[in-house]
Amino acid sequence: MPITLGLLLALSFVVSLLALAFLIWAISNRQITIDQHDAETVFEPGEERGDAGEETQLHKFDPVQAGIDQISSRPVLVLITAATLWLVAGSFFGLIASLKLHWPDWLDFAAPLTFGRMRTLHLNLVVYGWLSQAGVASVVWIIPRIFHTPLRRPKPVLWGASLWNIGVTLGALAIARGWTDGEEWLEIPWQVDILLAAGGACFIAPLIQTARARQVHHIYVSGWYFLAAILWFPVLFVVANLPLYGGAQEATINWWFAHNVLGLWLTPLGVGAAYYFIPKIIGKPIYSYAVSLLGFWGLALFYSQVGIHHLIGGPVPTWLVTLSVVHSVMMFIPVIAVAINQHVTVAMNLWALKESIPLRFISFGAVMYTLASFQGSIEALRSVNTITHFTQYTVGHAHLGAYAFVSLVMFGAIYQILPRATGRVFPWPGLLKLHFWLVAIGFAIYFFALSIGGVLQGLAMLDATRPFRDSVEVVLPYLQARSVGGALMTLGHLVFALNLLGLALAARGESATTVAAE
Amino acid sequence: MNRYLPLSILALAILAFATLMLVIAPGMQIDARSVPAGLRDYTEAQQRGRDVYVAMGCVYCHSQQPRSPDQAPDGERGWGRPSVASDYVFDAPHQLGTMRTGPDLLNVGARLPSEDWHLTHLYQPRAIFDWSIMPAYPFLFEHKQQAETDDTIVILPPAYAPEDGVVVAGPDALDLVAYLQALDRTYPTPTDGLRDDGYASGPSADASSVEEGDG
Ligand code: HEC
Repeated sequence: MPITLGLLLALSFVVSLLALAFLIWAISNRQITIDQHDAETVFEPGEERGDAGEETQLHKFDPVQAGIDQISSRPVLVLITAATLWLVAGSFFGLIASLKLHWPDWLDFAAPLTFGRMRTLHLNLVVYGWLSQAGVASVVWIIPRIFHTPLRRPKPVLWGASLWNIGVTLGALAIARGWTDGEEWLEIPWQVDILLAAGGACFIAPLIQTARARQVHHIYVSGWYFLAAILWFPVLFVVANLPLYGGAQEATINWWFAHNVLGLWLTPLGVGAAYYFIPKIIGKPIYSYAVSLLGFWGLALFYSQVGIHHLIGGPVPTWLVTLSVVHSVMMFIPVIAVAINQHVTVAMNLWALKESIPLRFISFGAVMYTLASFQGSIEALRSVNTITHFTQYTVGHAHLGAYAFVSLVMFGAIYQILPRATGRVFPWPGLLKLHFWLVAIGFAIYFFALSIGGVLQGLAMLDATRPFRDSVEVVLPYLQARSVGGALMTLGHLVFALNLLGLALAARGESATTVAAE
Repeated sequence: MNRYLPLSILALAILAFATLMLVIAPGMQIDARSVPAGLRDYTEAQQRGRDVYVAMGCVYCHSQQPRSPDQAPDGERGWGRPSVASDYVFDAPHQLGTMRTGPDLLNVGARLPSEDWHLTHLYQPRAIFDWSIMPAYPFLFEHKQQAETDDTIVILPPAYAPEDGVVVAGPDALDLVAYLQALDRTYPTPTDGLRDDGYASGPSADASSVEEGDG
């Protein structure tokens, strides 16, 4: 038995490394044909900018593209509207949870208001209500565009949106009433999860059908991420929700799932959207297309095995923890690959950040992806994890990933999509900027407060000469600061919702001006 | 990267491989361990109390997994010996937790056996520690003018006691305390105990790698 397990561990490393070596060999020997030319798939003829970045060839009204967008726009609008409502609700629950940590006697008269339920509502609403639906909306928008063919079966996508939102609503009610599966990220009762699974199936089938009917030879990089994510997530969701497990084994499944929701679901949605919108808005293809292959397959190989870094020092086998730690560190490879592509493309075209607010959100989010991943790889090292593991530092990291990266990319994507999906302009462009600064400043306060507070909390707990009380008192001012940051973020989300409302009420037809500013 | 099928098959194959490593292999290894001689299954009341613990979300502030002395002074804080996988065989859903806003609770029953203490603490933690940021759970209790014969009265300092009458524990509070009292893994570590020994240094690290696989 010891031999078998050692072998398994070695096998995992060897398989991953061999796969990576094979990939590099295949790229360099042109076994996989992919070249810089393929990176231009995102553009319509004549849309790409000349070398001087001159604006002579701005987005032309393209009837084919218009026909494509027209079909996707209904489901996309429904998904974005629902996502925005959940974002606002979820933010308020997050803010209440945050306030309760330093005002413990506030709102303590009823069970649904207790910290444990507010926090759970927050997490489930922002992950399943906001991020997942905003992500699916971007996929539904982008897939037909990069495949140059209209979305097949838009109706089921609408059914899917209904089922999904009924599921999220029932899940929230269940959690508020104390009916929960009781594992982090999997609290929604599995009976309700059946609705979410059915809704998910209604999203996925039309997308796969559209991919198979594509009118282009090449699958653009965003497509790899999206097509893989819509297969990965259903497998994860169904396997993890089967009500079959218990004890320490359940903990490994719990974290295999929870980290893969980030790594194989939210991350590909965010990275894929950034890979599409960055070159599209700037009008220049991404910097090095071949490197993006490394980024994608590296993510698949390494990210899928990092989950057990949430159980370092816990009651699970040593080899398993080591496996996840090593793969966490290996994540540097795909992350650097994505960083080269996305940041260099933006850095060579800094002028575009001034012109396009959506691009500002998206490329800020892309930079946060790099930082969150670097931080995660370091946080998984045993020595660092000992300090940070059971502290607020982890929550800071969670928000760097789920918020500063994925949510900001989604804000930008939505601001980019909506004028094109509705043919209207945002009536108050100043409020888009206000939204950006509120969430950027709010997040900065949030993140630095919890990172510093978390380390102090961890150090206090590791020092046996200090009473436990010290770890509570030392982090308290930082929890208060987090509430300030979180309040600014929540305010930003209200401004975001207001912008969407403004667009909904605006008159049609002025589109030419802003759409041209892309 | 121009074809749909190879892309999706490979993507799913990688996930299947990860599932083998992260779920199936450790699952088999953990399953092979025997139930520790000192561990009892929960009684009905304790299990009901555990369900209250889960429904209230105590896990978001309390872990249930003391670390080894090689890594952290959990033992010195009175949180118990390093836990092993088989300490949790009766736990569903698991409540290992990832946050220590409050202390680890895997052995709180051994550390704090008094029902009265827990009832007071759950009704109002600040009645015991003025610095506590743990939520109060007053809705698990009842305010009565007069206690009945089988009521459990909560002992409260004057600052937190009601002006008139008494506070008595509701059924959920009593079950929850029964569960907290049952949190006691102070029996010796099972010989085939399985846990992350990655912090052990020197020869003991080698010993642990043998230990880990012999099930
Ligand atoms: C917001 C975070 C938070 C939540 C939620 C929470 N606790 Fe606590 N808990 C604490 C803190 C902080 C302490 C340390 C101060 C104290 O004893 O009140 C603590 C201490 C304890 C102690 C005493 C442990 C010891 O060794 O002194 C017990 C028992 C306890 N909590 C049980 C619970 C139960 C049961 C629940 C759920 C119903 C719960 N806690 C929910 C934060 C929390």
